[in-house]
Amino acid sequence: MSSREKILQAISINKPAFIELPLMEIKGAGMDTNEAAKQFIKTLESIGGKGLLISDMNIVRNDLKQARNRGDYVVNTISLLGEVNKEINTDMDAGSLAKVYKTYIEATIGVAENGAVWLYESQMKNRLLPFICEHLVICLDAKNIVPTMHEAYQEIDVAKEGYGVFLAGPSKTADIEQSLVIGAHGARSVMVYLMAS
Amino acid sequence: MKDHATLSEKFIADEPRTDWHDETLWLVRQKRDSAVRRVPEWEQLRELASQIKDHTLSNLDNYLMAFEKNAQANGIKVHWAADGAEHNEIILRIIQENNVRRVVKSKSMLTEECHLNPFLTGQGIEVVDTDLGERIVQFRNEPPSHIVLPAIHLKKQDVSQTFHENIGTEEGNNDPRYLTEAARIHLRDKFIHSQLAITGVNFAIAETGGFVVCTNEGNADMGTHSADIHIACMGIEKIIPKAEHLGVFLRLLARSATGQPITTYSSHFHKPRIGRQMHIVIVDNGRTKQLGRPDFRNSLKCIRCAACFNTCPVFRRSGGHSYHTAVAGPIGSILNPNQDMRANADLPFASTLCGSCSNVCPVKIDIHVQLWKWRQVLTEEGYTATGKKAAMNGMAYVLAHPTIYRLAGKVGRWVMRVFPFITNNKIFNPWYKQREMPAAPKQSFRDWYIKNKK
Repeated sequence: MSSREKILQAISINKPAFIELPLMEIKGAGMDTNEAAKQFIKTLESIGGKGLLISDMNIVRNDLKQARNRGDYVVNTISLLGEVNKEINTDMDAGSLAKVYKTYIEATIGVAENGAVWLYESQMKNRLLPFICEHLVICLDAKNIVPTMHEAYQEIDVAKEGYGVFLAGPSKTADIEQSLVIGAHGARSVMVYLMAS
Repeated sequence: MKDHATLSEKFIADEPRTDWHDETLWLVRQKRDSAVRRVPEWEQLRELASQIKDHTLSNLDNYLMAFEKNAQANGIKVHWAADGAEHNEIILRIIQENNVRRVVKSKSMLTEECHLNPFLTGQGIEVVDTDLGERIVQFRNEPPSHIVLPAIHLKKQDVSQTFHENIGTEEGNNDPRYLTEAARIHLRDKFIHSQLAITGVNFAIAETGGFVVCTNEGNADMGTHSADIHIACMGIEKIIPKAEHLGVFLRLLARSATGQPITTYSSHFHKPRIGRQMHIVIVDNGRTKQLGRPDFRNSLKCIRCAACFNTCPVFRRSGGHSYHTAVAGPIGSILNPNQDMRANADLPFASTLCGSCSNVCPVKIDIHVQLWKWRQVLTEEGYTATGKKAAMNGMAYVLAHPTIYRLAGKVGRWVMRVFPFITNNKIFNPWYKQREMPAAPKQSFRDWYIKNKK
C-alpha cells in the first residue's frame, strides 16, 4: 500500500463523525469609501508603510518622472503613469531583477483593517519584482478599499492566476531582541497612492 | 535524555536573562491583546475558526483528495509521506533528479520536526535558512527555541558575535539594524544563486488546490521566485475547505502571533511559472494517530501562532530549548507525547494548568485540559517517574484515611519544629528549592476548631 493510501485509510478510520461546516455569517463594519481610505492609510502607517489619498494622477506621474531622473533603475508596470518597462516578464532572472531600485505596481484591492493590498501576478509582471525591489509604489483606486478580509476574498479570485499576494507595508523583522527593523529581505519602503474618483 | 525540569534549571541559572525572556514574551502577549481589542467580532472569529477546523478534521480524507486533484490540475506535483524519513527522502530525490546543490529554506516547523536540515547537509547539500532568526540559530547549530521567534533566547550581543564569526560583521557592533542589514546582503546573494526553495505551508485550500505562505521578512517569496523549483511541505492538518475561510484565519493568525493586523506577505501559490516546478509534500508523521485520539485530536486544529507560548508562565521562564522538541510550549506539550510517549512524558507536567493558553488560542483548542488528560494517560501507561507515582499514591492513601492524615500532620509539624533541616533541605525536598518553608503551627486547624467551637 502506498503512503497516500495508508494516510487516507488511517484518516477515514480515525476521523470523528461528520461535523457540519459553519456558515460564514461574519460581517465587518460597513464603511463608505472615504472612511475606508482613511482607515486604510492609518493602518498602513502603523505597520511602517505610507499612504496618500490623491485626486490628481499627475502626482504619481511626477513621482515616477523624478525617480527616473535620479538615474536609478526604476520599473513602471502601469501604462497610465507613463512608459512601461517592457523588459520585465515572467522569465526575468533574480540576478537582473536585483538591480531594480524602485517599482510601480497597480493593486486590485486594499483592506482597511490591515493595510494590505492584493496583487495579481499579472499586475506585478514578475513574481519576484515586488519583493526584490528596494522601494515599492502601489497605485490603487480608492473605491476598491474594503473594510475587512472577508470582503476582500469576495472581491478576488485567488486561483485566477498562478500567484497572488496580500502585501502589507514594507518587509520587516524583529528577530534580534524583538527590535523592529524595516527592510529585512523585501522592499524597504511601501508607498500606496489612493486615487479618489 | 534530560527532561524539562533539568533543562530549565540550566536556562534559569542566568536570572537577568530569564527575566528578560519572561518580560519580552509578555510584551508580545500584550501586543496581541491590544490587536485583539480592535476587532469587536474577535470571539465570533475564534468560534468560526474552531468550527471550520472541526469540520475539516471530520472530512479530512476527502478534502486531501480534493486538494490533490485540484493541485495536480494546477500543475503542482503532489507527494505523500507517511513519516519524517519518507518526507526527507522525497525532497532528496527531487534535489538529486534536478542536480541541485544550493537550497534555500524559509520557516517550516514541519521540516524541523522531520530533521530535514541535518539529513540534507549529511548528503552534501547546502541548505540555507533564510528567516533571520532561523539563520542566526543555524549558524549556532541550535534548533529554534520558539516557532514564531526562533532566536528569542538570544541577546543582540550573541547575534553580533555569531555574525562576526560567520559573515564577518564588525566585532562588538550590536545594533539590530546593522546586523539585519548584514543578513539582508548575505542572504540576497543566497537567494539569487539558489536553485531550489523549500517552504512550509500555512493553509492549503482544498477547493482551489493552492496554498498560502505567510512571512514578514519576504524570505519565502525571495526564495521561491528566484529558484526554479519550489517544494512546499505541509502536515495533513493544514487543509481548509475554501478560499473564503482564509479571511477568518488570516485575521486571527498574525494578531495572535505578534499583534500585527496581518503578516507583511500572505502569498497565494496556485501554479508554477512556465518551465518551473512546484511540489507539495503532504506529511502524516503521527498526525493520523492523533486524529484517532478523541481527547487529543483537536490539537490538530493548531495554526502555529504561538500565542500559547507567549502567555505561558512556564514557557516564559524556562525557554523553548527546555522542551527538547521542534514545537515547544503548551501546544507542543500536547502534540509531542503522541509522537513518543516515553521521550516526551515530562512535557504535559511542564505547566501550571492555569488555562491561559486555552484562553488565547485562536482556534479554541482546550490546551490545558489536554495537558491534564495527558498526565493521566502517561501515568496509566507507566511513563511517569516512579518517585512521583509513589508519592501520589502515598498522598492518596493518607488523604483517604483521616486517622493517618492527622497522625502525619502531627509528625510533620513536630519534625519541622525540632529538625527543620530535614524539610529545609534542597536535596530531600525539591519544593524548597525556590521557596521558604512556612512556620509550623503548634496545632492543626482541626484541633483548634474542636477547642474553640463552643
